[in-house]
Amino acid sequence: MLWEVDVHPKHAAADHGARALVAGAADIGVAGCTQARSSTGWLIEGDLTAADIEKVATAVLTDPVTESFVAAPLGAAALAVTPPGLPTVVRVLPRAGVTDPAAETARAACALVGPRPVAVRSVRTFWLPPLPEADVRRLAWSLLASEAIHDVVVGPLVLETLGSGRTWTYRQEAVVLDGLDDAALDRLSRDRCLALTVPELHAVRDHFRSLGRAPGEIELETIAQTWSEHCCHKTLTSAVDHEGPAGRISYDNLLKETVFAATRSIRHGLGSRDWCVSVFRDNSGVVRFDGDHDICIKVETHNHPSAIEPYGGAATGLGGVIRDVLGTGLGARPIANLDVFCVGPPDTPAADLPPGVIPPRRLLAGVVAGVRDYGNRMGIPTIAGAVAFDPGYLGNPLVFCGTVGIMPRDTAAAEVRRGDLVVVAGGRTGRDGIHGATFSSIELSSDSERASGGAVQIGHAINEKTLADFVLEASRRGLFHAITDCGAGGLSSAVGEMGAALGAEVQLDRVPLKYAGLSATEVWISEAQERMVLAVAPADWEALAEVAADEGVEVTAIGSFTGTGRLVLRWEDRVAGELDCTFLHDGRPRRRLRSRHVPPAPVPVAWREPWPMTGVVLLDLLAAPDVASKEWIIRQYDHEVQGASAVKPLLGPGAGPADGTVIRGALGRERGIVLGVGLRHTLGTLDPWQMAAGAIVEAICNVVAAGADPDRIALLDNFCWGDVKREESLGTLVEACRACHDVALAFAAPFVSGKDSLNNVFAWTDRDGVARERSIPPTLLATALGQVDDVARTVTPAFTAAGQWLAIVGRTTADLAGSQLERLGVVRGGRVPAVDLGACRTQVRAVAAAAAARVVASCHDISDGGLVVAAAEMAIGGRLGCRLRLADVPADLAGTPAAARALAVGCSESPGRFLCAVPADAVDAFAATMDGTTWAWVGEVTTEPVVQIEGFDGAVESLPVERLAAAWRGAAREPATAAGSDRASTAGPSGGAR
Amino acid sequence: MLAPRALVLRAPGTNCDHETARAFELAGGLARRVHIRALVARPAALDDVQIVCIPGGFSYGDDIASGRIFALELRVRLADALHRFRDRGGLILGICNGFQVLLQTGLLAAGAGGEPIASLAHNDSGRFIDRWVPLVAQPGPCVFLRGIGQLELPVAHGEGRFVTGSGAALASLDAAGVLALRYDTDRDATANPNGSQADVAGACDETGRVFGLMPHPERFVDATQHPAWHGRLDPSVAGAGLTMFRNAVAHVA
Repeated sequence: MLWEVDVHPKHAAADHGARALVAGAADIGVAGCTQARSSTGWLIEGDLTAADIEKVATAVLTDPVTESFVAAPLGAAALAVTPPGLPTVVRVLPRAGVTDPAAETARAACALVGPRPVAVRSVRTFWLPPLPEADVRRLAWSLLASEAIHDVVVGPLVLETLGSGRTWTYRQEAVVLDGLDDAALDRLSRDRCLALTVPELHAVRDHFRSLGRAPGEIELETIAQTWSEHCCHKTLTSAVDHEGPAGRISYDNLLKETVFAATRSIRHGLGSRDWCVSVFRDNSGVVRFDGDHDICIKVETHNHPSAIEPYGGAATGLGGVIRDVLGTGLGARPIANLDVFCVGPPDTPAADLPPGVIPPRRLLAGVVAGVRDYGNRMGIPTIAGAVAFDPGYLGNPLVFCGTVGIMPRDTAAAEVRRGDLVVVAGGRTGRDGIHGATFSSIELSSDSERASGGAVQIGHAINEKTLADFVLEASRRGLFHAITDCGAGGLSSAVGEMGAALGAEVQLDRVPLKYAGLSATEVWISEAQERMVLAVAPADWEALAEVAADEGVEVTAIGSFTGTGRLVLRWEDRVAGELDCTFLHDGRPRRRLRSRHVPPAPVPVAWREPWPMTGVVLLDLLAAPDVASKEWIIRQYDHEVQGASAVKPLLGPGAGPADGTVIRGALGRERGIVLGVGLRHTLGTLDPWQMAAGAIVEAICNVVAAGADPDRIALLDNFCWGDVKREESLGTLVEACRACHDVALAFAAPFVSGKDSLNNVFAWTDRDGVARERSIPPTLLATALGQVDDVARTVTPAFTAAGQWLAIVGRTTADLAGSQLERLGVVRGGRVPAVDLGACRTQVRAVAAAAAARVVASCHDISDGGLVVAAAEMAIGGRLGCRLRLADVPADLAGTPAAARALAVGCSESPGRFLCAVPADAVDAFAATMDGTTWAWVGEVTTEPVVQIEGFDGAVESLPVERLAAAWRGAAREPATAAGSDRASTAGPSGGAR
Repeated sequence: MLAPRALVLRAPGTNCDHETARAFELAGGLARRVHIRALVARPAALDDVQIVCIPGGFSYGDDIASGRIFALELRVRLADALHRFRDRGGLILGICNGFQVLLQTGLLAAGAGGEPIASLAHNDSGRFIDRWVPLVAQPGPCVFLRGIGQLELPVAHGEGRFVTGSGAALASLDAAGVLALRYDTDRDATANPNGSQADVAGACDETGRVFGLMPHPERFVDATQHPAWHGRLDPSVAGAGLTMFRNAVAHVA
C-alpha cells in the first residue's frame, strides 16, 4: 500500500516555502506568482493500515500546535484539494536512489509507533496561481528543484511503488585495449569517463599484455581512480621544464622541489625543535600543539559538484574534509571548519550567463546553505572564511572547505597490520557520486548538469555525526590500527591506499547497500557519503561492533589485509578482479611537461579624472562585493558550538570583521588555535608569483594580527587552476609553486598539507553557435594555522577605547593593479602590489612582539580596500571613531599625481601592513618593539563615532561610523531564492535548531 | 557530601553535550554524558542523579522537525521514569534542541490532558541564526533563573519561534508566571531573533524545576566567549550563563 501524508502550516505566514517561492519568482522575473502555498509530504509504502498512518501522521510527522495534515492513499481525492486561486500543483521529490535523509529518519521513526514501512520518500508540494506552463517549469527548475537530484511533476502524482531496485546478476566485462590506436584509446577513456591519458592506457595495456589477458572493467576503473589527478596529483608531481622570468629551470618533481622542499628545509633548520608531526602524508597535516595534544588541518575543494548542485556539492565537500580529519592517524576530533567561495559577480545580468550556469547569487546561497546544514548538524563551528567575486568564476565556481582537528599527542602514526580486517563503517553504499574522482579531473561543460548527475552526492550529516562519535570512542579504546575516509574513488581508493603495501582481499557482495542492483564495479567505486574504512585486528572486532551498536552505526567486515601485495576483489565465490599493488601504485608512467611564463606587458597607470573624494571612494569600497560584510553568511553558521571560541568572526559591540579567528584547543585550557586565510584572486592573471605570495602573506598577517606566535605558523596550499595542459597555464602554476617555496622559507612557516584542483575550465556554446571555453583565474588559497599561548592575549580589530594612538606598520606603495580601487574604475593599470619578503617578515615579527608585550589594544591587517577600509572596519567593530592623517603614512609615491596621493595612500593594498591602536601609556613601549621596522603614528581613536580622514592638503573628510556600517552591510543582502537553497531537505528552509 | 550529579542525555545528532557537561562541572557538579540507548536499557540510571539535561544539537537530524524523534522516544520509552524523576524533586533542563524536546514531551507547557500547547516553529526569517541577544528574566518559581535579571547569551537555531495554539493558551501560561525568560526588546528593539510570541525565550513548569530555553547558557561560562570581551571584560572571570548551572547545583546540593 502506498500512502501520502501532506503536512500543512496552519497559518500562511508560517509557510516559508511559499514565501521564498514568491520572493524568488519576483527575483527571476516570473510575473503573476504573487501568492502560493506549500506543504511537506511523505510517500509511505508498506503494510500499514489507515489507523497506522493516522498514528504516524499525528505522532511523528505533524506539530499539533502549528500544523495540520491530510493522510490518504496516494491519488485520493482528499489529497487533490487545491487552495482557492492556486490551481497549479508542482511536486518536487528526490529521484529514486538519491539520498533522502529526512525520509530515512521518518522511516525509522514510524517504527516507534507502529509497523516499519518498506520505503519512505519525501515530497514537497507547491500550489501556484494559473501560469503559463513555461513559467511553471522555470520556477520549478530555477527555485525548487535541481536536475541533478530531483524529479518534478506538474499535476497529480502517479506512482505504483517507490521501488527498491533489482538484484544484480554477476557478470564480468573485459575491456580490450589491444589493437586500439591512440585515437580509439582516447575515445575509450572519455566514453567510460576514466580520465586516463593515452600514455597511461599504453602502460595499462602493456601490463595486462604481460599477464596474457585483457583488463576487466573493475580493474580498469580501479586504475583510473588511483591514477586520477584527484588522488595522486599527477600534474604537480610531474617533471617540468620551465621557462620563466627567473630563466630556465628543470624540476624532476615540481611539488617535491618547491612546496615540500621548503618544509623539509624548515624542519631541518629547527632540528630537535621541529614541531611538525606528519606532513603531506596522511589525510591531513599534523603539528604539535600542547603537551597532550597534536592538531591537524586539511582544506579541500569541491568545485565541479558544487557547480552542478551547489547545496549538495558544498555539503558533501565539507563532509569529506571532516572525514579527512576524522581519518587522520588514529582519529582526530574535528573542532573547527572554514569555508571559502569564489563565484561570479553577484550582479551578473541573466543575459550574460552562459547556458546551464546557475546565477552567482543563487549559487552562493546554495553553497552557503549546504555548509550551514552540514556543519551545523555536525556540531563543528564554522569560524573562518572568505568570499571572492570575479567574472572568471562564472561557470566554474570554487568551493573550499577546511577542518581543524585535535588528537592525543603521538597518535598520528597509524599502520595497517597483516591479518587486519577491512571494516567499512557508516552509511550504506548506493549509486551516488560514481566517477567523482575522475569527473573532478575533467572540464565542465554546459551539459554537465545532465550528463554527470551521478557524480553529485547528497550529504546525510547525522550519519556522519554518529560515525564521528563511533570513531572517536573506538579510537579512545584503541580498537583499530588505521583508518581512512571513503572519499573520491570510494572503497577503491580507501582500501587501495590502506592496502598499498600489504595487499587486500575484499568480498564486495558483503558491502551493505542502500538498495539492490549495484554491480560489483559500482559498489567498488561508489562515492556514497559518510563511510570510513578501518583496519581492525580480528581480536578487537567484537568490541568494535559493540561500540558501533551503542552509537547506532553499521559496521561490516568486508575482507582483510593479506600481505600478498595483491588487491583481490571477490563477488560471492568468484574473483571479480585482481591487481598487483606495485603496478597499481607505482606503475603510472611519469610525465615530463613543459611550461612557460611570460609576464603580461605592463599597462601604464591611468587615473579617472576628476579624482573622487577619498570618503566617497571609501563608501564604495565598503560596499564592494569582495569587501562588504559577510554577516548574512556568518550568522547562518553556528560559529560558537563546542564552546571554545575566543575570537569570533564578528566581534566587538558593533560586530565588525575579524582577521584571524581563535578557539581554545581544549575547554578550560588557555592555549589557542588561530585560523586565517589569504586570497589575492584579482592578481592571478597579472602576476601568479605575486598572487600566490600575496595570499600567503595575507594568511600569515591575519593570524599574527590576532596574536599568533610567528614561530608556530603552519600553512596549507590549495591550488585551483585552469587548463594546465597549456604550457602558459602550467607556467603560472609553476610560478605559484615557486612563490610558496620562497614565502614559506622567508617566514619559516612550513606547508603541512595541500590540495590541487586543476582543469577548472568551463566550455559552452554561445548564442552565435560558437564553441567557447574559459579557464578560471589562477587561484591559490592560502590557509594559516597559528597558535597562541593564552587566548587572553589575543587581539582583535575592533577599537576598544578612545584616546589610543594609531600606528601603521609597513611601507605603502602606489602600486594599484588588481586593487579594489581598480575594480571601482578609479584607476587602471600600473604595477601589482609586490611582496617584499624581508620587509614583510620584519613587520610581522614586530607586530607579534608588540602583541606579546601587550602594548597593542587592537590590530587589523590591511588588505582589500587598503588603509581607509581597515580603519573603517575597526571603527565599525568598536563603535568608536578615529582620525587618520594620510600625509603621515610612510609611502613611495613617485610618479603619482598630487591630486591622487590621498587615494593612493588610503586605498593601496601593499601586502604585509597592519594598523594598530596603542594605549596612550604604551606608545613608548610600542615604539621600542617597532625598532628596525618602517612604521609611523598616523592618527588616534576618538569617542565620537566618526572616521575623519585628513588628506595631503590638510582638508578633513568626516564620515559617521553609522554610515560606513550601512555601506558595509548594505551589499550583504541574501538572494531571495531560499526555497531553492534548501532543496535537498524537505523539512523546511532553515535547517532546524541547535 | 557528594557533589550533585547531572545526567547529560544525548541522542544521535546531539552536539552540545561536552560543553554542557563542563558547565555543570564548573558549577560544582559532576556530569555524565549518557546516550538515550543506554538510558532506555536502564532507566534506573535516573535514580543516581539529581539533574537531567537535554543539551543542544540536531537530534536525529531534526529532519522532520526539531526534537521530534527525541521527544517521541522519551514519550514512548521513558515517560513514566521522567515523570517520577521530576516528582521526586529532580531538575530537568532543556537547552535549544532540549527545549524543543521538552515542549513535545508534555513536560513543559502542557494542556489539561498533557498535550503540548506551545511549540517552537521556524524562525520568522526562515533561516538559522547565530547571534547574541539581550535577555531579561522574571524568575518566578524557576529554580535555574534565581537571582538573574538582565543578561546576554547567544542563540543558534533555525526553529526557535515560541508559539502557542491560541491567545488563551498564551494568556494562561503568562498568568501562571512560567514564561520566565524573554528577549529584552526594551533594551534593544531587535532583541527577538525569531519572532517569538511575547518575546518568550524560555519557560518553566509550575514547579519551577523543569526549564527550557533557546539561548545557550553553556556558551557563556567564560568571559572570553563573549564577542566583545577584548578591552571590555576581564578574561579570567566567569560568564553570566554559569549562574543557571550554579543555581541548579545549589538547589539539589
